[in-house]
Amino acid sequence: MHNIWTIARREYNLYFSSPVAYVIAFVILLVLGIFFYLNLQVASAQPGYTPGAEITMVPLGTMLVLIVPAITTRLLAEERRMGTIELLLTAPVKDWELVVGKWLGGFLFLLTIIAITLIYPLILNQFVKPGIDQGPLLSGYLGLVLLSASLIAVGVFISSLFSNQIAAFVFTSGMLIFLWWILSPIVQVTGPLGGNSELLTYLDFSGHFFDNLTRGIIDLKDVVFYLSITVLALFFGSVSVEIRRWG
Amino acid sequence: MIHVEGLTKDYGPRRAIEGLTFNADKGEILGFLGPNGAGKTTTMRILCGYMPPTSGKARVAGFDVIDQSIEVRRRVGYMPETVPLYPDLTVYDYLKFMADLRRVPEAEERVDQLLELLHLEDRDLSYISSLSKGLRQRVGLAQALIHNPEVLILDEPTIGLDPAQIIEVRNLIRELGQQHTIMLSTHILSEAQQVCNRVLIINKGHIVAEDTPERLQSRLTGAQRVIVQVGGDSDGVDILVSQVPGVSKLSSQEDGKFEFETVPGKDPRPEVARAIINAGYDLLDLHPIGLSLEDIFLQLTRDEPSPPEPNEEDLTEDDLEVNDDEVSELM
Repeated sequence: MHNIWTIARREYNLYFSSPVAYVIAFVILLVLGIFFYLNLQVASAQPGYTPGAEITMVPLGTMLVLIVPAITTRLLAEERRMGTIELLLTAPVKDWELVVGKWLGGFLFLLTIIAITLIYPLILNQFVKPGIDQGPLLSGYLGLVLLSASLIAVGVFISSLFSNQIAAFVFTSGMLIFLWWILSPIVQVTGPLGGNSELLTYLDFSGHFFDNLTRGIIDLKDVVFYLSITVLALFFGSVSVEIRRWG
Repeated sequence: MIHVEGLTKDYGPRRAIEGLTFNADKGEILGFLGPNGAGKTTTMRILCGYMPPTSGKARVAGFDVIDQSIEVRRRVGYMPETVPLYPDLTVYDYLKFMADLRRVPEAEERVDQLLELLHLEDRDLSYISSLSKGLRQRVGLAQALIHNPEVLILDEPTIGLDPAQIIEVRNLIRELGQQHTIMLSTHILSEAQQVCNRVLIINKGHIVAEDTPERLQSRLTGAQRVIVQVGGDSDGVDILVSQVPGVSKLSSQEDGKFEFETVPGKDPRPEVARAIINAGYDLLDLHPIGLSLEDIFLQLTRDEPSPPEPNEEDLTEDDLEVNDDEVSELM
């Protein structure tokens, strides 16, 4: 745990000593702010519409998919390119501790940003009478946390495969976009006769998020899904680091 | 401290090192000498637990590098050839991170100690990206020393430094050699000669020679080179000397100065001296010069059949594998 924490803390601090943290926070808060403003405009024009926490959570979920590659590609690919991976791999740290430490650093950073976005629902709570629905707020933010954990883990795994950061970035983006957007259209087109539609539906990252978690439903199935993706990706990441030791 | 037996490493179809066997005792500074691509870095990486060998055994500080990799890594300090530094950390933060990673007790004090040892006290808050090559090298050394390791493995520690810095680093290594077992690689022969107790010459993945720098010189110097100098008129001296039995490859240098090689096993110096004096010349100087480590190195690593008295089995084996691109690598 000590090793994991040492690595995670360095990664976390590193985000703030570069422009990355501020750029990401700025972009996310700006976009969410625009959505927030637009929703308030709509709500004041249409008396029947009461905005809830979803006006922040739904766009944020999608933005995470776009932002995560920027957070994760650096984690291992850069170490490899700069040769600093030699430092970590000759330190008395197990390969999985290295991978989990990297993941934790990125994950905690993303959590920090997500925590800041809580200001929007909190402000909204002041405007809406008798306050926004607490259920979707809690389950939705739980969903964001779970989603972040799994996206970062997939990103760390892909980062472990590359020493070129641009390649890692593009590949991570492609993979996350596939998991987030492409899977459910595939199922819709191929239909239930497609054979693997159940598996594809299960793997659809956005389905677990939009169908239940942002609506106030915490289904154990969804929690298990995100957690198992996280564990699996970290496992593959560790194996990949181990394998790359050989050549 | 370091015990290596039959170490072999393949990168896909390419064999980087083959059947390396050597030892390094406690308190020894072992020089690892060879042309680029000889397998120095590969060997060092295996010894510090970075990568496993394809076959063979290696024990460092009493632990097996494969089965007890973590134990080995605890006891080894390693400085790779490209010093692995995080440019966006300060010197202090970097060393503190390494100290934490290696669970150094009282890390802050240890970092301060090393900053002082390596004369980095006034740069502790500088970002590594702003440091000169020499300073970076010192930070890299500090990193390798942070946990006071039993074994120190340094890959080309003086590469890219200016002469003053080179001397400084060499002195530091000699100093450290009193408490640590050090293995360092270099392709600068005089460096190995100055710093190391023992030198291991490696070429194309094979050890071609292993001895103290002095013994390596005398053992491989089947032939000796001798300098002769006469004063005044030196016409005819070359003919005179070259007629003495046991003298070969006489060459004339400036101002009555000649250099010749002795035929192995013979020492014609007394006859040469007598001949010169009897002929009425003024003999100013007559002294042998050993082959420099450079010469030995070239002899051992060049791809020509049999240098004088090739008593190393590896050597003849090696000479058979003539390979064009490796020849050019030596040029």
